[in-house]
Amino acid sequence: MSDITIKPDEQVPPAEVPEMELFHSHSWWTTYVFSQDAKVIAIQYAATAISIGVLALILSWIIRIQLAFPGAVSFIDSQVYYQSVTMHGMIMVVYMLTAILLGGFGNYLIPLMVGARDMVFPFVNMLSYWIYLLATLVLATSYLVPGGPTGAGWTLYPPQSILTGTPGYDYGIIMMLVSLILFIVGFTMGGLNYVVTVLQARARGMTLMRMPLTVWGIFTAAVLALLAFPGLFVACVMLLLDRLAGTSFFMPAIVEFGEHKNYNGGSPILFQHLFWFFGHPEVYIVALPAFGVVSDIISVHARKNIFGYRMMVWAIVAIGVLSLVVWGHHMYVSGMDPTFGFFFAITTLAIAVPTALKVYNWVLTLWRADIHFTTPMLFALGFLVTFLNGGITGLYLGNVIVDVPLSATLFVVAHFHMVMGIAPVLVIFGAIYHWYPKITGRMMNETLGKIHFWITFVGAYAIFFPMHYLGLLGIPRRFYEMGQTAFVPDSAHTLNIFITVMALVVGFVQFIFFYNLFHSLKNGKPSGGNPWRAASLEWQTPETPPGHGNWGETLPVVYRWPYAYSVPGANQDYLPQNMPPIKGEHII
Amino acid sequence: MFAAVMILLVVSGSFVFHFMSPWRATPVASNWGSIDETMALTFIITGAGFLAVGLFLVYCLWRFRHKPGSKADYEPENARLELILTFITTLAVVILLAPGLLVWGQFVTPPENATQIEAVGVQWSWSFRLPGADYQLGTSDVRMIDATNSLGVNPSDPRSADDLIVTDGELHLPVNKAVKVLLRSVDVLHDFYIPQVRAKMDLVPGIVSYLWFTPTNIGEYEILCAAYCGNGHPQMRGKLIVDSDEDYEKWLHAQQTFEQTRKAQQKTIKVGVN
Ligand code: HEM
Ligand SMILES: [Cu+2]
Ligand SMILES: [Cu+2]
Repeated sequence: MSDITIKPDEQVPPAEVPEMELFHSHSWWTTYVFSQDAKVIAIQYAATAISIGVLALILSWIIRIQLAFPGAVSFIDSQVYYQSVTMHGMIMVVYMLTAILLGGFGNYLIPLMVGARDMVFPFVNMLSYWIYLLATLVLATSYLVPGGPTGAGWTLYPPQSILTGTPGYDYGIIMMLVSLILFIVGFTMGGLNYVVTVLQARARGMTLMRMPLTVWGIFTAAVLALLAFPGLFVACVMLLLDRLAGTSFFMPAIVEFGEHKNYNGGSPILFQHLFWFFGHPEVYIVALPAFGVVSDIISVHARKNIFGYRMMVWAIVAIGVLSLVVWGHHMYVSGMDPTFGFFFAITTLAIAVPTALKVYNWVLTLWRADIHFTTPMLFALGFLVTFLNGGITGLYLGNVIVDVPLSATLFVVAHFHMVMGIAPVLVIFGAIYHWYPKITGRMMNETLGKIHFWITFVGAYAIFFPMHYLGLLGIPRRFYEMGQTAFVPDSAHTLNIFITVMALVVGFVQFIFFYNLFHSLKNGKPSGGNPWRAASLEWQTPETPPGHGNWGETLPVVYRWPYAYSVPGANQDYLPQNMPPIKGEHII
Repeated sequence: MFAAVMILLVVSGSFVFHFMSPWRATPVASNWGSIDETMALTFIITGAGFLAVGLFLVYCLWRFRHKPGSKADYEPENARLELILTFITTLAVVILLAPGLLVWGQFVTPPENATQIEAVGVQWSWSFRLPGADYQLGTSDVRMIDATNSLGVNPSDPRSADDLIVTDGELHLPVNKAVKVLLRSVDVLHDFYIPQVRAKMDLVPGIVSYLWFTPTNIGEYEILCAAYCGNGHPQMRGKLIVDSDEDYEKWLHAQQTFEQTRKAQQKTIKVGVN
């Protein structure tokens, strides 16, 4: 930060990469289907992720109906139940959240927010989407193979995942592993693109410390994903070999239903290390983009700069780094050497500090702000409450000894749904309402948006907040029926019914959102280029929706950070990043 | 306005729910009351944090809602405030962590005088092995499992012969005596879990894991499996019966040794062949 008398452009460094020729499509197919334009790829990613996400949502109804009314629906037996839980969990985490946050928002927002014409490797970017689509189709196809999809739990722990006591041990698990391998291949192509684009293709003047937090979040998440997904990749390949080629990476000597298996010497715990070396960072791969987006939504709709921008950036980076050394908190009671518990408890609670600081800074941004309760803002506030709640229960599960009674109970299910299920989903909704005008040129309906928000937020809170207490009572997760159990009172069953009813309500309310999404395409109020009066670059494009190449003839030049709202002395309440400095401005 | 009120209701509703909830941890029946105490401390500290941040949020929403002509402040950062908040948070984390690690230290160091017994998981039931007159368990390996030796006890280990084998899923323990449970699985992951004892630990094929506790209340408790182990996971039940010393001795004497069970099974197999 410095006070300077400004001559426009004097301060702005030259571009790091010269302008390059974009791929120009000539046919309908290469414009809308095999498109290399990041904005089209983004929409393809998002549409696929939301579609498969709807399947995962419907699966959650199957799970909830069985838990509240065991045996009431005849086709739900233990196999179907476990297959539903597994597919629900895996789809939600990997194929829905990861895909929409990085592939969807990453593709749409990174080039626009950093002032680039497109991703740096557009062809690879296109390939990334098609491989993702293939991965999704392979996963969905596992419903058609004999034995159905795997019911191994989304963690796929061997030996159980490839032995006969588990549904889909024969073909379903193979489909799942192949699909994950494809997903990772596709994702790596996209991830490299996001990282290189942020590092190399920023507009003149767009220093790293002038990037919107959305870009910081997605960028750090992409780096994390590139480091973490290989753990899952090798785990999948090795498990596939154990299943198909008779190797024993994860399989010790085993007697299965009285029969000696041909395995020897492998380590099931090794799989858990590999899985969680991916699985924990995965939480932040989902969370960091959400953190970024929420920061930007709050700032725009509260007409105030994000509080403590530099702290926010460092917190994102610190969380990213620390998240690579906390995976063992998922394995406190896994039978690994328990002295690891000391190490992982310390790293895990250390991560709470930068995370808490981010929460403080979001709330402090609202202090002396000018809060507009638009639909995106409401979703951001919903995120704050659910994330606060879920972050706090993380302190229980991270503190190794407190985790001992709670692990593998419904407390864990409630915790992770709050923190990485509901919280990011609220952000995704908020982001769609926020950027829809840029993507389509039209506004979504605010009244429908608010109805959608309040039922989703309060309903989801009512699903998962009470669920913690079932876990506290001691009810284990992944029980398709409780059976006769003395320590579980009848009232727990009543609560289960309540939770299921709420889950159905929340599920159905999503159709209001879909109606709004499609109806507004044609009937929404025209939005103009910058309906929220936002300062970051993506709102300053010459056309809305942005055309091919984003910026028309000349690339934008950036003069300030993206949070210049309510700047004292300015004659408008926000200063776009690409507006030349005003007299006497204190440039950041 | 509406938003501020709703979020106030959600935050305060969470507290009302917490104090009114009939669903809380079962009464503890082991020495691990210290786990409950650590959790109680966690509830207090995190509850205060939730309330503070939640109410501050509600206040901001109400106080700084948009009114015609209102304008936001411009304050990029405030190093002092950020430092203070970092300090308070770190302090809270240390207060949570330090007692937690102390209790974990106890959790991972079984007392010298603890009796060693063994729990074995198989899809989907529990078996147990207790030391016989020599107070020692023989070695074991799943590769030794056969029709007469369902737990894979090593027949050529002299310490094995008098081991007591319990296959009906019902484990008895004497009250107020520390026990170290060695955990073994013959097939997939399982988890030895008794809600009232608080302790739990996975059974992993290929290795021996353990946990320890001292049962403090005479009574009957359910043993559940807390690691997903396939279709029969919820049905994998056992029973822990905590006895007075007398009752325990009675039960112990009624159990069969490894040698006895093996002979009996060899006989039934021969009968079957004839
Ligand atoms: C209203 C929406 C949702 C409902 C009602 C719901 C409900 C459930 C239920 C009942 C379970 C099974 C718990 C058990 O094991 O007993 C479950 C598992 C799970 N859910 Fe959700 N869920 C929802 C959304 C999400 C979202 C958005 C995510 C994304 C992170 C997610 C991720 C998972 C995961 C990872 C599992 C664990 C699967 C396993 O145990 O293998 N869920 N969900
Ligand atoms: Cu984790
Ligand atoms: Cu189990």
